[in-house]
Amino acid sequence: MSVSDMGGGDLRELYQEVIFDHNRKPRNFHEMPDADHAADGHNPLCGDRLTVYLRIENGRIADVSFVGHGCAISTASASLMTEAVKGKPVEEVEALFRDVHAMLTDAPPEGRDFGKLQVLSGVREFPARVKCATLAWHTLHNALTGAGTAKTE
Amino acid sequence: MSVREHPATIAARAADFPILARPVRGKRLAYLDNAATTHKPDRVIEAEAAFYRESNANIHRGVHWLSQHATDLYEGARDRVRGFLNAARADEIVFTRGTTEAINLVAFGWGRANLKPGDEIVLTEMEHHSNIVPWQLVCEQTGAKIRVVPITDAGELRLDVYESLLGPRTKLVAIAHVSNSLGTINPVAPMIAKAHAAGALALVDGAQAVAHLPVDVRALGCDFYAFSGHKLYGPTGIGALYGRRELLSAMPPWQGGGDMILTVAFEGSTWAEPPARFEAGTPNIAGAVGLAAAIDYLSEVGLEAAAAHEDALLARATEEILKLPGIRLYGTAANKSGILSFTVAGIHPHDLGTILDSEGVAIRAGHHCAMPVMTRFGIPGTARASFALYNDERDVAALIAAIRKAQKLFGTEEAA
Repeated sequence: MSVSDMGGGDLRELYQEVIFDHNRKPRNFHEMPDADHAADGHNPLCGDRLTVYLRIENGRIADVSFVGHGCAISTASASLMTEAVKGKPVEEVEALFRDVHAMLTDAPPEGRDFGKLQVLSGVREFPARVKCATLAWHTLHNALTGAGTAKTE
Repeated sequence: MSVREHPATIAARAADFPILARPVRGKRLAYLDNAATTHKPDRVIEAEAAFYRESNANIHRGVHWLSQHATDLYEGARDRVRGFLNAARADEIVFTRGTTEAINLVAFGWGRANLKPGDEIVLTEMEHHSNIVPWQLVCEQTGAKIRVVPITDAGELRLDVYESLLGPRTKLVAIAHVSNSLGTINPVAPMIAKAHAAGALALVDGAQAVAHLPVDVRALGCDFYAFSGHKLYGPTGIGALYGRRELLSAMPPWQGGGDMILTVAFEGSTWAEPPARFEAGTPNIAGAVGLAAAIDYLSEVGLEAAAAHEDALLARATEEILKLPGIRLYGTAANKSGILSFTVAGIHPHDLGTILDSEGVAIRAGHHCAMPVMTRFGIPGTARASFALYNDERDVAALIAAIRKAQKLFGTEEAA
C-alpha cells in the first residue's frame, strides 16, 4: 500500500475536543442589532450559511458575533474566530485573517502563535474541508471591507 | 455469455472492477457513491485502451482503411445504444458528453426554435440542476415559463397537481426517471401519455435510471430520453440523447462545426441529417466504444438481476440504519431505486462524509445538485449512499459501522 492510500489526515487531528466543544456550544452565537458592520457567508457546495456581525469602536473590534448553520468544522471555526478577534485592533485582525488563511490552506507563517486557533490546523490535511474552516474568516474579512457576501465554493 | 445471472452471483462481479481492490485510507473500499459515478469493469477500460492501440483514426472523413474501421466502431456503438433503449432507428441516437449536454441540446435546439412567450415547461421539484438550469436559460431567451410539480413528504410526485398543470400552454414536460437525491422511480409512462394528451412533448432524464431499470423508449412513448455513460459502468464524457426522428429532423443545429453540415459557403450553409447535425466536431470516439462495451457488460449481467440485487441491498441497509438513533430518511417512496438519503441527528452530512471516508466508506454529502429537494425538506443536505451491482453486504456493514463511529465521536450515540 502506498502512502497516498492512507490519506494525509488523522481524523483526531481534525476533530479535536475543542472543535466539538465549540460546535456544541458556539460562542458569541447571536444576532447583533447595533452592529455597524456585517456580512453573509455562503458555501453553495454544502449549503453552509452564516452572518458575521461587528461593532467597531476606535479602530478596535468592540464586539463580534455570528449566526448561521454549518458543519462542525465551520461552526467551530466561526466560534473560535469570534473569541480570537474580540477587542483586537482591526489592522491586527486583518493580519490574523491572512495568517489563518495561510495556516489552513498552505503552511502556517513562521513565528505566529495562533493560540487556540491552532486546533484548526488539522483541516489542512483534509482538502475537501478547507472551505468549511475558511468560510467564517472570509465573511469576517468581507464585513471589515464591506465586500458583500463571501462565497467559498 | 448471454445467460442472465442469479442475484446471488452478481456480487462476485466485483472482481470485474479493478479499482474496488484498491485500499483507501488503509481500509477496504466500500464505494457507495454510485449515483455520482460508477466504477468501470476491466472490459470497458480495455475497450477504450484497445481503440487507441488498434483502431484510432478520425471518423466520417478519411478515405483510408483505419478511418473506415473507426467509423464502423463508432456507428456500431450508436446501434448498441439504439438496442439498449429499444429505439427504432440508430439515427434517433445522438452522442453527447452526457445527460447534461443531451438536455441542453433539446433546450437550445428544440426550445429556442419552438418556445414563445407564454408557453410553459413543466418540471418537477425533484429534478437535478441539469434538468432545471437549461430550461431557465432558454426561458430567459424565449419568454416561456417553468411550472413545477411538487413532491410529497415521502418524495413522490403530486400527480394530481401534475395533471392540473397540463394545459394548452404546456409545450414540454421534462422529468427525471429516477430521482438522484431520493431514489424515487417516477411513473413516467402514464405521465408521458398525459403530456401527449395535452399536446406537449415529453423529455425523460434517465441519468439515474439506465443502470438500474430496463428502458424502452418506445414503450415509454417519450419524445426525448437523455443518459450518461459514466453512471452505467461506462466512460465519462460520453452519453446519448434519444430523440424521435421527426423531431430531430425539424430541429436546427445548436453547435456549428465540422461534420454537421452538407455544404458550407460564406453566404450560408446547409445542415446534415440527424444525428450528424448535432455532433459538430470530432466526437469522443473511444468513449462511444467504451460505452458500447459497458452496455454489453450490463446486458450480460442482466438489468433485472442487477436491480434485484440492489433492491435487496437497499432493503438491508434501510433496515440496519433505522436501528441507529437519530436517523431520518429522505425519500421513502413505494417505488424506489438503490439510493439511501439520510441525516444523522447532531452530525452535519459533511462531517459524516469525512468520518465515513476515514473508514474507507465513500458516500456523497450535500445537496446532490438537487437544491429544490433540500429546500422542500428544509435541510442544507443529506448523506447519500447509492448502490451498484458490485456492492455487497460488507459494504452495508461498513456503512453502518462507520455511522456508529461518527456517533461515538460526536457523542450522539444515545441521541433520540
